[in-house]
Amino acid sequence: GGGAVVHRHGRGGGGGGGDDSHSDFQPKRAAVPEGAEEVKDLIKKQVTENPVMLFMKGTPREPQCGFSMQVVRVLNAVGVDFASVNVLAYPSIREGVKLYSDWPTIPQLYVAGEFVGGCDIVTSMYNNGELEDLLKKEKLIEE
Amino acid sequence: PSVGRMLRRAAAPEAAGPVQQSMTRSLAERLAPTVVEIANESHMHGTKSSESHFKLLIVSPAFEGKTAIQRHRAVHAALEEEMPLIHALSISAFTPEQWGEGGDALRTSTPSCRGGSKAD
Repeated sequence: GGGAVVHRHGRGGGGGGGDDSHSDFQPKRAAVPEGAEEVKDLIKKQVTENPVMLFMKGTPREPQCGFSMQVVRVLNAVGVDFASVNVLAYPSIREGVKLYSDWPTIPQLYVAGEFVGGCDIVTSMYNNGELEDLLKKEKLIEE
Repeated sequence: PSVGRMLRRAAAPEAAGPVQQSMTRSLAERLAPTVVEIANESHMHGTKSSESHFKLLIVSPAFEGKTAIQRHRAVHAALEEEMPLIHALSISAFTPEQWGEGGDALRTSTPSCRGGSKAD
């Protein structure tokens, strides 16, 4: 397939994140299925393989929406490695993820395969400590 | 100052477009809220629509015993007709008891947008 669908954003310089600027110019549609069942399977795979998975508009380096940018900021603030998919590049994922979580908007954060929330909820969880507790419980950040 | 502006904008009848009016009705009918404040923040984002982004503050006894996600889902369900029409909805949902205790401090500020979703 052409280009990486999932960006990995790690403080330790996780794989696949470094070259994402040029991969944006490669044709990507062939890498992502259009059929509803295949997209659902792909999303399930993405949230299972990546313990912190953010579906967002744009990329962590270049968010295209203030709400997506806010979630990236929160994840950087708690210091967790995360993966992201730019839904603006993949319309079938943009629609598929809304069906998958039964949630109408982007951004969408998944932790350990479970939908956690959008910008409001993630920000509120960050402010009251719930986000850190969840990430520590899942051993994604240190105590 | 921004809270006052938000309230005045929400209160001015000529400012509420058809989507916003529909949202107000749907929420009233389905969640029996004691407080509903809707701010149209579409101008803060790079979209062409004048009713694309909203900020909602809603207080209702229906939220008793519900987690944040459950409350947001209840709002989405109440706004079943309107959700397909809007790009983003920021929700603050409280029980009357929480609202009574927290007051103005519970209002949140919207993240500023860096030009919106250019692909939209």
